[in-house]
Amino acid sequence: MNLSFEIPGLINYWIVIIFMMIGLYIVISHGNLIKKIVGLNIFQVSVFVLYISISKIDGGSAPILDETIKSYSNPLPHVLILTAIVVGVATTSLGLALIVRIREAFGTVEEDDLLKSERLDD
Amino acid sequence: MFEFLTPHQAILIVVIPLLASPICLIVRHSGIAWLIALVASWISFAIAINLLNQVTTVGPISYLLGNWPAPWGIEYKVDTLSAFVLLFISGISSITLIFARKSVYFEIAEDRIYLFYTMFLLAFAGLLGITITGDAFNLFVFLEISSLSSYVLISLGSSRNALTAAYRYLILGTVGATFYVIGVGLLYQMTGTLNIADLADRMPELSDTKTVLISLGFITVGIGLKLGLFPLHVWLPNAYAYAPSVVTAFLAATATKVAVYVLLRVYFTIFGYQIFNKLVIDELLLVLGLIAVISMSIVAIFQTNIKKLLAYSSVAQVGYMVIGISAVTVTGLTSTILHLFNHALIKGGLFLALAAIFLRIKSVKIDDMAGLGKLMPFTMAAFLMSGLSLIGVPLTVGFISKWYLILATLEKGWWPVAIIVLIGSLLSIVYVWKVIEIAYFRPVPDKSSKIKEAPLSMLIPIWILVTANYYFGIATDYTISSALSAAKELMGVAL
Repeated sequence: MNLSFEIPGLINYWIVIIFMMIGLYIVISHGNLIKKIVGLNIFQVSVFVLYISISKIDGGSAPILDETIKSYSNPLPHVLILTAIVVGVATTSLGLALIVRIREAFGTVEEDDLLKSERLDD
Repeated sequence: MFEFLTPHQAILIVVIPLLASPICLIVRHSGIAWLIALVASWISFAIAINLLNQVTTVGPISYLLGNWPAPWGIEYKVDTLSAFVLLFISGISSITLIFARKSVYFEIAEDRIYLFYTMFLLAFAGLLGITITGDAFNLFVFLEISSLSSYVLISLGSSRNALTAAYRYLILGTVGATFYVIGVGLLYQMTGTLNIADLADRMPELSDTKTVLISLGFITVGIGLKLGLFPLHVWLPNAYAYAPSVVTAFLAATATKVAVYVLLRVYFTIFGYQIFNKLVIDELLLVLGLIAVISMSIVAIFQTNIKKLLAYSSVAQVGYMVIGISAVTVTGLTSTILHLFNHALIKGGLFLALAAIFLRIKSVKIDDMAGLGKLMPFTMAAFLMSGLSLIGVPLTVGFISKWYLILATLEKGWWPVAIIVLIGSLLSIVYVWKVIEIAYFRPVPDKSSKIKEAPLSMLIPIWILVTANYYFGIATDYTISSALSAAKELMGVAL
């Protein structure tokens, strides 16, 4: 068994998987709309970590143009994730704005109560 | 006069609506914002026609952003498939916008109308961007631009249920888009590139690795959420039912179609059809498509809200498209691509007719439609004629795509599938007939005797779509030849 050697090397990926599952589980299981957004954020952040882990090279430095630096991490995933963070911020703010409106219209942010009022409206 | 812009058409088609959108925000005037949106959309439509002509005569167009060479910079690529999809997205948007002026004025508070057009243009630009881009990550960005703006558009609906519908779509849409990003990340890890053509080059030698197969799984689920693939469609009926009528018409006709386009791109351009030998996604799609066709058509029959009825029917129609993909043959893909175009015409016509009805009777409940055949003869006739096309009566576009789908299934020897497709058509007769019966054969109730025909600015766009339903059902050369060459490109068969 060389498992004891593999886990430290892949620890980022294990963390990514654990956070991904936690995030997705919160989105599915919680009835509170704000908690769902929190879950969604955890889920998205795990993907950011996945991208950044992909770009890391053992012993590599930051990608700076300098003669002393021979090996450096791939900067492209970092840039991609900057974009994804912006998208995540937009999604979160839109989600929270919708929750404010939902609270004004229904007087609750709990899924169960919302479903009841929605059926009455229909 | 504008010759110097011709080489930049591929970027202009996206950039014009993208830039028009903040201009709408600045002018803060409902009428001017509408005009800007309309002009931007028609310019994009004109460019799309030009692009399709150029692609069919000269061949695929590649546009390098900022002149950075392809695998490093972002590339925009137009081939027959993307030109075809661009054409009907911009066409539907242009026609919907003519219609939108009166309908939006009626359904949305006046001080918010300019915001509506801002969001509409963003959604439109996003959908065009998804179609034209040749970069897998850029595709995600456009996917989110179009999704975020469509959540806002849906939440503008007049009932408070629109808010919860938009929220649920936001949650599921974001999960879907994030799944897509995970898939792309895994592909980048294996190949070191994000350019779609480059990915396709490097894929054959990697297609045995688990990472690539897992990324295919993630992308399938992520895009499946976006296209309303059964059983990932739960957000769709409410989102369509409570959104403003114009938004429903626009999204139903374009958003799910673009998601199908992405699926085609990923399966056949990036991975290549050989991938189905390694992972049996085609059989999965076949089963889900068949369940969608039957179960969603049955659910549609029992709806009393016509918007919901048509929304469930949309999920069933996505089933037909997915069955076409699952055949993995040129005929199957032709039927899917034809149905993208045809279903956009059908559902665009139906939802616009419904929007006109809503303007007059202030309801989309089936019982309130009694006697509408007499009160709004032109609108109801348009609904009936688009309905016939939905069923797939000969001489309509609906018939053409179903005909090709049945040919594709029989070519594979799947006669039980062909039978189920026919049963699905029979079920659609039931739900279309339900509306027709009440509208034409119930007496006019006293309270609604003052209802007038829809205004001309609505009837004209509706009838343009209805006419297109029959024109492309009879003169089929143009659409079939485009769809066939797009399908051949995807399958890698010589033209």
